[in-house]
Amino acid sequence: MNYISNVLFGVLLITGIGYFVNNIQKLVRNIKLGKSINRNDNKLQRFKNMAMIALGQSKMVKRPFSGFLHIIVYVGFVIINIEVLEIVVDGLLGTHRVFQPYLGDAFYGFLIGVFEVLAALVFIAVVFFWLRRNLTNIKRFLSKEMTGWPKRDGNLILYFEMVLMSLFIIMNATDTAFQEAGVGNIISQFVAPIFEVYTPETIHAIERTAWWIHIIGILVFLNYLFYSKHLHILLAFPNTYFGSLKPKGQFSNSEAVLKEVQMMMDPSVDPYALPEEGAEEEVPAKFGASDVADLSWVQLLNAYTCTECGRCTSACPANLTGKELSPRSIMMKTRDRLEEVGRNIDANKGTFKDDGKQLLNDYIRPEELWACTSCNACVEECPVSIDPLSIIMEMRNYLVMEQSAAPQELNMMMSNIENNGAPWQYNQQDRLNWADEV
Amino acid sequence: MKVPTMADMIAQGKQPEVLFWVGAAGSYDDRAKKISRAFVKILHAANVDFAVLGTEESSTGDAAKRAGNEFLFQMQAHMNIEVLNGYEVKKIVTCDPHSFNTLKNEYPSLGGKYEVFHHTQFIQNLISEGRLEIDNTSFKGKRVTFHDPCYLGRANEVYESPRNLIRRLGVNLTEMKRHKGTALCCGAGGAQMFKDAERGNKEINILRTEDALETKPQIIATGCPYCNTMMTDGIKFKEKESEIVVKDIAELISEANGL
Repeated sequence: MNYISNVLFGVLLITGIGYFVNNIQKLVRNIKLGKSINRNDNKLQRFKNMAMIALGQSKMVKRPFSGFLHIIVYVGFVIINIEVLEIVVDGLLGTHRVFQPYLGDAFYGFLIGVFEVLAALVFIAVVFFWLRRNLTNIKRFLSKEMTGWPKRDGNLILYFEMVLMSLFIIMNATDTAFQEAGVGNIISQFVAPIFEVYTPETIHAIERTAWWIHIIGILVFLNYLFYSKHLHILLAFPNTYFGSLKPKGQFSNSEAVLKEVQMMMDPSVDPYALPEEGAEEEVPAKFGASDVADLSWVQLLNAYTCTECGRCTSACPANLTGKELSPRSIMMKTRDRLEEVGRNIDANKGTFKDDGKQLLNDYIRPEELWACTSCNACVEECPVSIDPLSIIMEMRNYLVMEQSAAPQELNMMMSNIENNGAPWQYNQQDRLNWADEV
Repeated sequence: MKVPTMADMIAQGKQPEVLFWVGAAGSYDDRAKKISRAFVKILHAANVDFAVLGTEESSTGDAAKRAGNEFLFQMQAHMNIEVLNGYEVKKIVTCDPHSFNTLKNEYPSLGGKYEVFHHTQFIQNLISEGRLEIDNTSFKGKRVTFHDPCYLGRANEVYESPRNLIRRLGVNLTEMKRHKGTALCCGAGGAQMFKDAERGNKEINILRTEDALETKPQIIATGCPYCNTMMTDGIKFKEKESEIVVKDIAELISEANGL
């Protein structure tokens, strides 16, 4: 017997999966560059959120049309992948439709029938997605951050899916035995006549070719994820699990600032005291974030999870009124910078070598940060629980507390609060005057 | 108008049932002061035993925190918490969703744990306890739309109490296309109130006013002094101030009841 194809298949499979695992390890390493934050509380609620939002797509359907199309592709993708299991076993053992005898013709045919219908639906949904992205006037696909690679990436994913679905149908249509049995060829029976002009040998060759390109395509697509916005198909699950459980209005109170404030308020602390002999020299904490390593690992996970759908940006009051701020762009830039830092670490044998760049200014400009109204519309919109607002706020913290670089009017507002307990310049003693006026 | 302070109350050996946190806008802003007075009239009408901090109240630090000055926020918070805890305050009500959010969500981990209500929630409770009734004849049939304040709505998911109160006025409540979770910000949050907008092609409050105008309202109801300012400015910009008024829900109730 000839084992070449089995061995070839095994090598392809190991290479494809191995390369993917290697990249995922890099991704995890990059996410771990973020600061620690505890998101292990209330596990039950977290599982519920993941089940509702990621598995159940509860937020996708807030926009019914694209939500409906997305559910077709999502369900199709998950269910058709069951078939990949059989393909892998066939490939390794050199068998053909190995599950058929075990499942019985009727049930096996039913399964393949379901896969075929889903494949056809996915194909149609993906065509709609392509039309929406390329031929209609949907503003969130036309924003300036959606030019170049992000636009190509979006389309490439759709092409991948169209090709994979077509190959699955062609593979079944050219499987003569499968067509002759006539069970489960719900869609492929209409494609099969196209190939009837060829000899049985050619049809078989087409079937084999489609089969091979299909599985190779799946392995390539798997590896494409790492370089693409399409990572959300995996990361949506951990991202919704680790999302914030607090009310959206509750911003975290900085621990580093709390320490300073407590020290200031403590009358027993001598501000001029020299550190004790031999005491560990404490590095002063950095307030806020100017680069990716100042953000938490959840915020970095957010950046990798973002699939650039732009629902956040389409609801952002600043963006809707022509300001530079786009919450989607905040996430994309955070990921771009994180990947740059990751490549830097790869190139320098595991340690980051200062490249004179940071997230602030080199990627995200203060003008974007100052346009935010902290209204939480972006957070509410995100179908996978990404929080762009927390990144904006932490970068504002850096601008104000490390660089004193707030807009002049805000400096005035803040010094009023410091001096007279109100954002305007009124006398604290007049605070109750409103009660006596008519 | 009789507005007792905590200092007075304690001097008389009394502990009020609730503290009215007035907030900087409610204390100093001419438009917002009317909201404070309207709410006090409601409190009196319902015989609520309340007090304010008066000159002992200071900025919650919300604006400072949203502007990025966490340090100033925490200083303010510590100061206020010391005063509030000193008076053994348990329950707070405020007409300002920003104070509401900060006191409710951001003070507890700094040592300030209180039961905090937005005034629409508090009035709602007064009604269900039978302490207040809303006259549903004064505004009968008027077209009203409600602008959700971000820090009440999305931030704390309080969508129903303001709407329940509006419905009790006997008016015709018409929702804007963007409402509740998808409501558009008025443009004041995140310390934007205190600065000019970044460059763009429109002011946010104008866009939000256009949302409201689509419902052809006679009254735009709000539950936030900052939203009130933004929407009032928007109506002036659109030269609609002769046809449309912007009112806080407390003002509507106080007027309806002839307080």
